Amino acid sequence: MALELYLDLFSQPCRSVYIFAKKNNISFDFKKLSLLDGQQYGEDFGKISLIRKVPALRDGDFCLAESVAIMLYLAEKFKTPDFWYPADLRQRARVNEYLSWQHTAIRMHGSKIFWLRVRSPSLICVGAVRLVMSYRHHVLAVLEYPFLSAWRDRVQEAVGKELFDEAHQYILGAQESVKSMDSSKMQVYKPKILRLFM
Amino acid sequence: STLDQSFSLFSGIFIKYTLRQQYSKEFGDISIVRKVPVMKDGGFILTESTAILEYLTQKYSGSVADHWFPADLQQRARVNEYFSWQHMNLRAHCSKVFLLRVRVPIVMDAEIPKETMDFALENVKQSLNLLEEKFLQSKPFILGDKISVADVVAVVEIIQPIGTGFDGFEGRPKLIAWRDRVKKELGEKLFEEAHEALMKSSNMPQKLKNSSSFAQLKPILQKLFR
Repeated sequence: MALELYLDLFSQPCRSVYIFAKKNNISFDFKKLSLLDGQQYGEDFGKISLIRKVPALRDGDFCLAESVAIMLYLAEKFKTPDFWYPADLRQRARVNEYLSWQHTAIRMHGSKIFWLRVRSPSLICVGAVRLVMSYRHHVLAVLEYPFLSAWRDRVQEAVGKELFDEAHQYILGAQESVKSMDSSKMQVYKPKILRLFM
Repeated sequence: STLDQSFSLFSGIFIKYTLRQQYSKEFGDISIVRKVPVMKDGGFILTESTAILEYLTQKYSGSVADHWFPADLQQRARVNEYFSWQHMNLRAHCSKVFLLRVRVPIVMDAEIPKETMDFALENVKQSLNLLEEKFLQSKPFILGDKISVADVVAVVEIIQPIGTGFDGFEGRPKLIAWRDRVKKELGEKLFEEAHEALMKSSNMPQKLKNSSSFAQLKPILQKLFR
């Protein structure tokens, strides 16, 4: 059985795993999961991951959740080039330090702004919120953080523009796709939005 | 025990921190993030407890037994999986209950709304359920037969709000048994020593209010709770 990756490319951690696997030519079965349709709550997915989040991995009878754990597993199993997750003690520690910190720092705030801007148009004061796209590992605020913007360009170049754009096409088109979304499907997110923002 | 050995190799400087010290210039020079723990190994400074734990086990791999942070691909993945999940789950939820009870009434000059506390407690319940059903299942420890850093990282979070009157172990015999196994592996003395300061947290609100730097710190802390 081929390696399976359960992904919804709307999600930042899914994009990281996708980019990492593709860039390193790791072949996998792309199991598309739609969070908007609530597929993470299905019985089948519960057998893959009780945490019911994406991304998730299934390698034979080994199932794994958490994008960081998945990427490190892939890096080790497929012996990806050292620079992705250096064996050197201190360099590895720096990567681990960042991976740990980012859970509660950038990701949380980036996600909140994404929700405000795209999924809850009625809550937005459009002029006041600058569009911040939360990419994995960094926040892109093009006009206001030239240093981060330059870094984003370097990452994009290292990964390859084609792969980078491919991974982000869904999220960048998110505002457009919201217009054609069935609002009844959004109701499942109402409690979450109320808790996060009200 | 192997844990004792690894601690004796590591000549750490234990700095006792009270509330104000992470905002001092001296600490800022060590860590711009201004959080604890911070490790300083010669000229190398490292933050984030999970990163520090991995660094120590890797550096002292000669004397730290493999089961703490296994080299095996799948076992290691399980540690990483737990480390990753716990940030926004068990850790976040237990810390929230702790902070709500200890700091909020003093810092925000208000009682905690019942709804806020109920929501926080429900989140803790969900995290504890997942700890039992997904991470522990019927195994003695998270990784299986032997204790690992995952168990240590987990147990300290559940203990965090105990001094404030919330015992996450209550009504969960499986978790109680696991906690006792963890305590036994680590050694009762070490376990107690590590938790000594925390167990006195019931008088923390008063101590905080009486501290000379409270007026200075209050606005900073208020931002955290908004």
